[in-house]
Amino acid sequence: MAFEDVKFTKEHEWIRIEGDKGRVGITEYAQHELGDVVYVELPKLDRLLKKGDPCANIESVKAVSDVYSPISGSIKEVNGKLGDHPELINQDPHGEGWLFLIQMADQAEMKDLFNHIQYQEYLKGIGGE
Amino acid sequence: MKKTKVNEAHYTLGAKMVEFVGWDMPVQYSGLVTEHMAVRTTGGLFDVSHMGEVFVRGKDAQKAVQYIVSNDVSKLVPGKIQYAGLLTDTGCFIDDLLVYMIKENEYLLVVNAANLDKDFAWIAAKTAPFDVKVENVSDQYAQIAIQGPVAGRWLGEFTGIDLAAIPYYHFEIGKVHGLEMIVSRTGYTGEDGFEIYFISEDAWATKMFLALAEKGRAYDALPAGLGCRDTLRLEAKMALYGNDIDDAHTVLEADLAWILKLKKEGDFIGRAALQRQKDEGIHRKLIGFELIEKGVPRHGYPALCDGKIVGEVTSGTFAPFLKKPIGLAYLPLEKTEVGTNFQVKIRDNLVSARVVETPFYKRTK
Repeated sequence: MAFEDVKFTKEHEWIRIEGDKGRVGITEYAQHELGDVVYVELPKLDRLLKKGDPCANIESVKAVSDVYSPISGSIKEVNGKLGDHPELINQDPHGEGWLFLIQMADQAEMKDLFNHIQYQEYLKGIGGE
Repeated sequence: MKKTKVNEAHYTLGAKMVEFVGWDMPVQYSGLVTEHMAVRTTGGLFDVSHMGEVFVRGKDAQKAVQYIVSNDVSKLVPGKIQYAGLLTDTGCFIDDLLVYMIKENEYLLVVNAANLDKDFAWIAAKTAPFDVKVENVSDQYAQIAIQGPVAGRWLGEFTGIDLAAIPYYHFEIGKVHGLEMIVSRTGYTGEDGFEIYFISEDAWATKMFLALAEKGRAYDALPAGLGCRDTLRLEAKMALYGNDIDDAHTVLEADLAWILKLKKEGDFIGRAALQRQKDEGIHRKLIGFELIEKGVPRHGYPALCDGKIVGEVTSGTFAPFLKKPIGLAYLPLEKTEVGTNFQVKIRDNLVSARVVETPFYKRTK
């Protein structure tokens, strides 16, 4: 996939701009660290989130991990397929395994996030490359 | 961080390493679920050298061990092993352990890594009145577990010992790969398998582990980490100290009456309290449960009945082989019958659970 429109967080979420909304998921690195995902708890529709708010939980066999919203906004759609197929997060974290679509409250917040190159550098720094 | 004698092999095999009670240990190699399934269907190879080994030797060895553990070691003969509790005066657990009768006047106690220092101090103090010598040999020994349906054939390639002739919870002392070892038919996975104990240089132990891993490939067996060790033992309902058993729950509450021999000869630590509890009856008990809604139970989550917190989940996971969320919890006695419904609080949600028969998984023999 093309990474130009995608930004990343330190907590290993990605967000891809789609008009005035952002589609959010976890990165390849994150799914690998988690291991086999068995259950996902997604936010309710129209829930208002501030940047950094915990808003979803991903359960792997090993542990449970919080997902934090990369930006502020309101939840417009969640990935219903994950209910029966949580393994999509492992198989295609940047595609079919997306988590939710958020209506952005302030597009300027995107500037604070990593671009693809910065995220790769960050992974190197934490020994995750 | 402490390193086992096999430590280097884990790096060679590409393990993901974590700190576990002060030890640099492999949590997984190819993946927790892959390794879990390998142990259930073919085989898995574990470095468990972090476990503690303590010898009790001397004229009073049997009496001394009898005094500090819950099981009846007078039933042991050389070559036989017992699972037992090392108990407090209140009948709760200092630790759980395996007791090997090596020969007359000589016993080997195998204890949890996390508890070794505490256990050794306890054992030394409590056996002081007896004519015994207690020795902590944990740093000298490597311990490797070979588990799963292929374990006998796989380990058989390294030894002339007739492994098939060793019954469950028995051991032989003999040569494996040219070195004398204790070869015991035990494990912490719910599968058939062996645990081998030996004294060697680090380099030799590492080579041994790598040779086992290499031979395992022909059987589709895999090196396996602490991650799947935990999910395997939970499916088999084997207790984990610090989770399911601890110094606040008694042997009877932990539903381990089979390792408690109140009528054995000689007094033992915890007997009076446990006799009293047995007479008066327990008020809570460790049970196995399944979630009947989606979610994953974890250690420490509250258990509720009628909106009130009545207990706590001690272990929980999504069981990789059974493919469902399972766990263990202490519940009030009146809620422990199989089929009883209760709820587990997972973050802000109350998720329905049901008490089920245990073990969750039992291998077909």
